Amino acid sequence: MAARISPDSVWVLGAHMTRFARYPDRDLIDLASESAMGALADGEVAVGDIDVLACGALFQASGAVGQRIQKQIGQTGVPVYNVANACATGATAIRTVIMAIKAGEARMGLAVGAEQMGKMGLLGGGAAKKEKKVFEPSGRYGAVTGVDGRLGTETMPGVFAQAGMAYAHDHDGVGFEQFARVAYKNHLHSTLNPLAQYQKEFSLDEIMESPMMSYPNTLLMCCPTGDGAAAVVLVSGERLASMPAHVRKRAVKVSASVLTSDPFTEDCHVQPDVNTLTRNAADQAYEAAGVGPDDLDLVELHDCFATAELIHYDNLGLCEPGGAGEFIDSGGPFRDGATPVNVSGGLISKGHPIGATGVANVFEVTTHLRGEAGDRQVEGASVGLAHVIGLASACGVHILEKAAA
Amino acid sequence: MAPARVPLVDYLHLEPEPHLVANECRGCGARFFDRRNACARCGLTDFAPAEVAGAGELRAYTIVHRAAPGIPVPFVSAIVCTDDGTWVRSNVVNCDPTPDAVGLGMRVQLTTYPIGADDDGTEAVAFGYEPV
Repeated sequence: MAARISPDSVWVLGAHMTRFARYPDRDLIDLASESAMGALADGEVAVGDIDVLACGALFQASGAVGQRIQKQIGQTGVPVYNVANACATGATAIRTVIMAIKAGEARMGLAVGAEQMGKMGLLGGGAAKKEKKVFEPSGRYGAVTGVDGRLGTETMPGVFAQAGMAYAHDHDGVGFEQFARVAYKNHLHSTLNPLAQYQKEFSLDEIMESPMMSYPNTLLMCCPTGDGAAAVVLVSGERLASMPAHVRKRAVKVSASVLTSDPFTEDCHVQPDVNTLTRNAADQAYEAAGVGPDDLDLVELHDCFATAELIHYDNLGLCEPGGAGEFIDSGGPFRDGATPVNVSGGLISKGHPIGATGVANVFEVTTHLRGEAGDRQVEGASVGLAHVIGLASACGVHILEKAAA
Repeated sequence: MAPARVPLVDYLHLEPEPHLVANECRGCGARFFDRRNACARCGLTDFAPAEVAGAGELRAYTIVHRAAPGIPVPFVSAIVCTDDGTWVRSNVVNCDPTPDAVGLGMRVQLTTYPIGADDDGTEAVAFGYEPV
C-alpha cells in the first residue's frame, strides 16, 4: 500500500471527540486536552511527533487555548495557531494544519476544537438597551436605540428561520412540516450515537408542538448549547508511508479541504447569505476530490437549525435543484436513504459546542470510513463530506475517503 | 409646538414623507445602508444617496417568539425586496403575527410608528412594513 500514498496527500491519522454534554465540573482545557491526547493515542503517535498545533475555541479566542493545551500535554515549542471563524472555527483549525502540511512546513499536525458554553441560552441579538435619556445617533447606522426586534431579528433561530423561509418562497413543497421532519430525523439518528448530547427520539407532532422559538423553528428544531471537544491528527502522505501497516490502514484521506467566505449578493447586507459560499465551497471540494454528490456515502452538515439543514441539501447538491422538500419527504437523508445526512444526530441532537463542531464532524466521517462507528455505522462507507458554516460568513467543506485496501 | 422627532436609524428620512435612503454605488448600483470604503461588489469608491422605493414584496420572514430580555414578542421579522430591487430588513407591522396572516410574497408598504420619547421629549420613530 505504501507505494500508493502520494507524498503530497494529507491524511487523518488519529481522531477523537468527547461526548458533547454539559460538564460543570470540568473546564475547557480539560476537555480540549482529553481530545488532543485521545487523537494522538488513536493515531499511535506522541506529542513530540507534532510539528504544528491549531486550536479553535470561539468564546475564548483571545485566551491562548492552544498554548494552554500544550501545558497539559507537552510543551514542545512548536508553532501554535489560535483561530476563530464563528461556527466554522473547528474546520478552520483543521484547514490551518492542512495548509501547513501542504506548504511543507509540517509533516504532522494536531487540530483541536473545543467549547464550553454551559447553559448559555439564546445566541445572537442584543438585550434591549436601557433607553438613553437623550436620543443620540451612534454606530454605523446612526441608531438612537437598540434595533434588534424593531428592524428584524438578530437571534440565531430567527436568522436561520428566514434563510429557510426564503428558500420556501422560491421553491414549492417546502413548509413547516418539511423543516420539522429534518429535526425528527436527527433526533432519531442520535439514539444510536453514545457521544450525542441528547439521544432521544421525538415524534413529528412533538417536534411541531414544542415551544415556538422563531417560526418555523420550534425548540426541538434548534441545536442546544453545550460543552465538548474534538481533535484530529493530520499527516502528510510522505510521513504516513513510513508508518506501520496497521496505522496506515486506519488512515483516512483528505481529498478536499476548502474554506470560503461570502461573495457579494444583492441581499447580503440585510441577511447573511449562507447559500452562495456553501455552493462555492462544495463546487471547489467536489472538483478537488474528483467526486460528486452521488458518490457520497454520508454527509455531516451544519444543521444549527432545521431550516438550515434543509437548504444545505440543495447547496451541497444532494437533491435536485429546488428539491430539498421532496428530498426530506422521500427519506433521502435518513440513515437508510440515498445520502445519509447527520447520522451522528447532527448539531440539533449531538450538540454544538461551537469550536468543537467542525472537528467533530470530521471525526464522525472518519469513524464511519474506518468502519468503527458501532451501532450507527453506515455500512460500506468509503466517501464522506463534512460541512460547517459560521455567520459573517465562513464555510468549511472537507471530503474524506477511505484508504485503498 | 409638536415634539421633536428623530429617526431610529439615520437611513430613515422622515421628511417630506418617510422614506429610506441608501448609499448607492455609482458604478454598479449596489445599495448599502451604512458607509463603505469601497463597493463590496465592484470595488468602486464613488457613492451617491438614493431614495428607496416604499413598496415591495415580503421575501422571507420569521415570527419571533423568543428574544433577548426586554424585547416584546411575538413580532414578525421581515426581509423585504422593494420594487426598485433594494433589500431591507425590518418588521412586518399592523399584521397578526401568525403564519396564516403573514404570507410569503405578499405586497407590503413602508410605514413609520413612534417607539417612545427621551427625557427631552424627543420622539424616536421606527419604520416597518405593513400589508397592502
